[in-house]
Order: sequence, then structure tokens, then C-alpha cells
Amino acid sequence: MQELDTAGLGSVRVTRQSDTVVILEKDLATEQMVLAMGPQHPSTHGVLKLECLTDGEVITQAEPYLGYLHRCFEKCCENVDYPAVVPYTDRLDYLAGMNSEFSYAITVEKLLDIEIPRRVEFIRVIVAELNRIASHLVAIGTYGIDLGAFTPFLFCFRDREIILGLLEWASGARMLYNYIWVGGLAYDVPTDFLKRVKEFVTYFRPKARELSELLTENEIFVKRTLGIGIMPADVAINYGWSGPMLRGSGVKWDLRRNDPYSIYPELDFKVPVPDGKLSVIGDCLSRHLVRAWEMDESLKIIEQCIDKMPSAEGFNPRSAIPKRIRPKAGEVYGRAENPRGELGFYIESDGKSTKPLRCKARSSCFVNLSAMKDLSKGQLIPDLVAIIGSIDIVLGEVDR
Amino acid sequence: MSTMLLSQFSIPFLMGNSLNTWSEALAGFYLYGLPLGLVIVAAIPLVFIALYSLTYGVYGERKISAFMQDRLGPMEVGKWGILQTIADILKLLQKEDIVPASADKFLFVVGPGILFVGSFLAFAVLPFSSAFIGANLNVGLFFAIGIVAIEVVGILAAGWGSNNKWSLYGAVRSVAQIVSYEIPAAIALLCGAMMAGTLDMQKITMLQSGTYGFAHFFLFQSPIAWLPFLIYFIASLAEVNRAPFDIPEAESELVAGYFTEYSGMKFAVIFLAEYGSMFMVSAIISIVFLGGWNSPLPNIGSVALNEWTNGPVWGAFWIITKGFFFIFVQMWLRWTLPRLRVDQLMYLCWKVLTPFAFISFVLTAVWEIYRP
Repeated sequence: MQELDTAGLGSVRVTRQSDTVVILEKDLATEQMVLAMGPQHPSTHGVLKLECLTDGEVITQAEPYLGYLHRCFEKCCENVDYPAVVPYTDRLDYLAGMNSEFSYAITVEKLLDIEIPRRVEFIRVIVAELNRIASHLVAIGTYGIDLGAFTPFLFCFRDREIILGLLEWASGARMLYNYIWVGGLAYDVPTDFLKRVKEFVTYFRPKARELSELLTENEIFVKRTLGIGIMPADVAINYGWSGPMLRGSGVKWDLRRNDPYSIYPELDFKVPVPDGKLSVIGDCLSRHLVRAWEMDESLKIIEQCIDKMPSAEGFNPRSAIPKRIRPKAGEVYGRAENPRGELGFYIESDGKSTKPLRCKARSSCFVNLSAMKDLSKGQLIPDLVAIIGSIDIVLGEVDR
Repeated sequence: MSTMLLSQFSIPFLMGNSLNTWSEALAGFYLYGLPLGLVIVAAIPLVFIALYSLTYGVYGERKISAFMQDRLGPMEVGKWGILQTIADILKLLQKEDIVPASADKFLFVVGPGILFVGSFLAFAVLPFSSAFIGANLNVGLFFAIGIVAIEVVGILAAGWGSNNKWSLYGAVRSVAQIVSYEIPAAIALLCGAMMAGTLDMQKITMLQSGTYGFAHFFLFQSPIAWLPFLIYFIASLAEVNRAPFDIPEAESELVAGYFTEYSGMKFAVIFLAEYGSMFMVSAIISIVFLGGWNSPLPNIGSVALNEWTNGPVWGAFWIITKGFFFIFVQMWLRWTLPRLRVDQLMYLCWKVLTPFAFISFVLTAVWEIYRP
């Protein structure tokens, strides 16, 4: 009896009887299979491609390939005036356009060092928080779809529709608003807008409860997410994670508190982090829970803003908008807490032009996604889907 | 009551000569026993039942999911969109019949056919009324359990023949799942067969008739019948790949599983098989545990509700109603629950359902021997 190695196909144990070789047993070599997940796949949330090396159902390696949605955002910015960048920022994180505009506006205002009316700040915070809820609704809904629960998704979209209606009423567009301008707003909010927002807040509270009954309190949902894709806090910080992803790992870091901007210091809200009772800190369930809790906090913020809002008398939303933006030579980095984490803009001005010399966007999704390779090692294919869903990427912001 | 019939307990179906009768009956069904014309006459209504269960299964699925999700569902074709499925079928008929260039053409074409045959053949032994059963086999239940397993071959052929990695994953998952879940399903059905003492579907149904209506159903005839009933219901969900066990076609993971590459009429045939199977397992659970074509209404004093609502036509009404009720529950679950993971699915089958199926088997046997 002897062993023969057959050109990489594994060893074959054979014996010789007179002149013929009799194969006793084959030890077939197993090969890993390359599985291209995306760019057209239902759960990569857009045009992300993950090249997975799989051993049966187990992922041994998953490498994200980006750039299918690259639209030269940063180069475009260098060719338009400062105010004309605002519509482009909508198209970064198209699920949270208001927040992206907000981040860009405060960055340029920091560069110009201008004061803006108080009512503008309040309206900005209200629309940004509304948009945050809408964005988290999409995140939670699509996460349900990733795990096979279809109905929560439509419940989320039903409620998101109301928010989009409100924002459309204020800005004229459903997703790409061009509403928060540098130094002010495009328009004041319509009459009765605040009343309707208040109605939405009272309407949404029980709906959020229903949503958590369908997902967070569902045994199968918990089984699919508990302890999956655990990210320790120190590794998360080293990766540069931010937003609900970082808070899911137990780090209490929220730019609205840690690097306050606008009127956030005056408002009373908590920064929710998982305490390890409902979930393992840093797993997919923690990240999902943080998003769910944040919606509640956003509702609180909106209520406070409506109560404290200065009156509209003699208010001109465009009063502080500079006629021509030509900042002094210099550079600035401004950032804001987006639904997906820190969205920052680094802007360089040469002091002569009305166009930015350089405008770099620091995308939270891109940074969060970079940990994919670490997170996916040794997971099953369904868990990989659960992890991608919990990262909550928007490819518009990843690829820019 | 049917104590007289129940007292004839024995397990003749395990004896050798009974198996001969079974094969003879099968042979007779196809070639000798019945004239060919009669077979066709028996088959035509079955095809219609299968097609209707598809048409209104799909329509029902869309409407029920819509109502659960605050939507309207199909509303355009016909009143309340009632002709939507027919329009869809007409559309699918006109579609180009695409076979991927790198697919194994034979397997790719034959797969949906086998799938459909697997689910449709089981319709032959379902008693749709006291006067109508496609093939009255004395091992009808056994036939129904066995023939469904053919679907596995179809799924594997479709998944492998597609030459697509996602299809292959779907097919492999599906085979593992269906083969595993057949064990608790079959044991649970055996509990019902034990209570009846026969595998003849028509006899199983007849044993559950009586003037007290639902009280005669096997589900209420023994204190532990709810356990095999529940086990079979859960296992049947997995057998027909319905949520929360729809991992072979898990949309968010495997695109569409084993039928990712299918389009046009072949896709429609796979769909038909899926909805056919849904009705089939629902009918089996109603026959074995809920009295099949028997009316659930009891006689109340002189009001002979039970007699009034029994008869061949009423029978068809009752079994189809019961079947649709279980289809509704399947849809209800599908639109409520997330999907289990592959390993959790296997855990549920081997470590929960199978042991409990054995327990219910033993308890049913003890109950049948010592029943008061």
C-alpha cells in the first residue's frame, strides 16, 4: 500500500495487485470557493462588492471592493462656488441629506466665522433630527429584510414617508433637499409645520414601540444578531469608527456632546450606549439597539426645539447668507454627527477664489466599512449579511 | 362512535404482503387496474385544484401580506386585483425561455418538472371529499410522505444545473433541510396513523366522523395529539421551504436560492410547485389531525348541524377551507418572523423536533393501548 499525490487533487491511497493499481481510498482535497457577493446582490445595500473566500458556508475572508458609485464629489467641489457644493452633499449620504448639508454648512461658517440667527439653528436641528429618524428607520427596516423579516421594513417606510412629506413641505424635495445653506436656510418652515411635526412625534412613539416588538423582542431576531460580529471598543477606536457603530461597542462618543455645534449644548438628550444586559457589547444587536434608542432621543430633541423655538416675526432665513463667499486663505475641518457617524469636511481656501481649493469629505460609512475584513472572518454567510446590515452603509457616501 | 373501527388495531401496514398490495395498487393506478380514461378523469380535477391553489394562493399571499403591511396589494387587474395572478401567468408564458449558456441544459430543464411532479403526485392520494379521491391507496399517507421527497431531486437538479454558486448553495441547503425535516414530520404523521390504525387516507378521515363534529378529530381524541400536530406543522413549514425556514431561497443571502437563474414559464412551474406543496402539507395536516372532509360542526340537541353540513360537496368545502386556513397561517408566519440561520435550523430539527417527535410517538402508543 502506498500513497500517491495526484497533482494537488489530494492523496490517493493505492495498492498494487500484480500490475494493476487498485485505488483503496481517495482523500479528496477541498478547495475554497471564491464567491462574488455583489455588486448586484440584494443585501449589499447598493453596489458594494464583497469577494468572499468560502469554505462551505463559512467565510474565510471577505474583501470589500468599492468605487462602483464614485461620482468625483471632491473634484466637483473644486469647480463650483461654496454655496453650490450644498446640493452635492445631499448626494453623499442620500438617506440623510439634511445632516450632510448641516455638516457642510457649519464647516464653511467656521471658515467664514459668521453668526447665524437663532431660529435658523433651531430649524436646522429639527430637520436634521427628523432626517436622522428617517435614516435610522431605513437602517432598521433594511436590517430586518437582511434577516428575513419583511414586514418591519414596510412599517419603517410607512413612517419614514411621513417624515419625507414634512421635509418636502419645508424644502420642496423629498431626499435631496438643498435646504440648509451656508449662513442660513433656503426658506423658513411653512406655517403649521411645527404643529405637524409635533403630531408626528406623538404618532411615532407607539409605532417605534411596535417596531421593537417585531424585531428587538423577537426570539429569532435576537438569535440571529446576539454575539455576531463583535467589535471590541479599542479596535473600533483604532479603526476610526464613529456614530452608532462606535457607541454599539460601548464608547460614549457623540459629536453633539463631545464636540458640540449649533444649539445642541442647550438641549437635554442622552447618548445611548448598550449596557450589556440585552446584548453582548459590540455585537450586531447592540448596534441595532443603539439606533432604536437614538430615535427616541431624536424625538426628545425635536420636542424641545419646538418648545424653545424663537418666533418667526421679522425672521429672514437668508439674512445672514453672505452675498459672495470668498474666505481668507486657510483651512478648516468641521464635523457633525450624522446618523451613520462623523461626517467631516476638510476645506482649504486660497483667499482669492470663490471656489474651495480642496474639499475632502471624511465619510463615516467608508471608515466603518473598512473593518469588514476583520469582522467577517470565520462567519457564516447569513452572519456576513447580518454584519453588513448592522454596519448600515450608504454607498453614496462610501464611494463619494 | 367509531370505537368499533378503532378496536381493529394492528399494524398490518408493516407486514410484507401489505407492501405487495401497495406496489400492485401503484401499478394498477398507472397501467392495469384502471382504464386510462378514468385516470385522466381523476387527474383533471386535481390539476384544477392545484392550479386554483396556486392562483389564489399567490393572490392571497399578496393580499394578506399587503394587509399586514398597511398596503393595498394588487388593485388594478379586475375588481380588487382578483385577476392579477392570471395576468402574471400570461406574462410569464410570453417570456423568452432562457437557459444560461453555461448551465447543464438537461438538469436545468428537468429540475422544475421533477419539483412539480413531486408536489402534484401527492395530490393523488388526498381525499377531497367522501366521494372523490384521485387514487385510494391503502398506504396513501406513506405515499404522500414518500413522494414529496422527490422534490429534493428536482431542487438539486435545478441548483446544480444552473451552474451558479448561489443556486448551488440554495440547493445544498435545501436538500439538507428537507431530508432532515422529513424525519420529525414522518414520525408526527405516524402518531396520527397509529391513532387510526391505517395509512389509508380515506379511512383516516372516516374514522374522524361523528355527530359531535370537531370532538371526533384526532387532535381532540388524545391528550397528546397536539404535540405531533405542532411538530408536523413546524416540520412541514421547513419541508416546503416557507419562512422562517426559507433558507434555501433566502432572498437576502442567496439572491433566490436554487431558482436564481430561472425565468419565464420554468419559474412559473417552480412557483406552482411551491404553492402546490403548501396546499398539500396543509391538506395532509387537516386530514390526519383535523378530520379532513368532515364537518367540524357538532349536533346541538335536535339541530343536526353535523348532518346538514356533511356530504360530498360539503366535504370538498371543508377540506379546502381547512387547507386554506393553514396556508393562511403559513403566510402569517412568513410575514411576521425573521429567518433562522442554517445551523439554528438544523439544531431545531435534530435536537428539538426529532426527540419530541419520538416522545409523542411513544406517548401516543401508550395512550392507544391504555386509552379509557
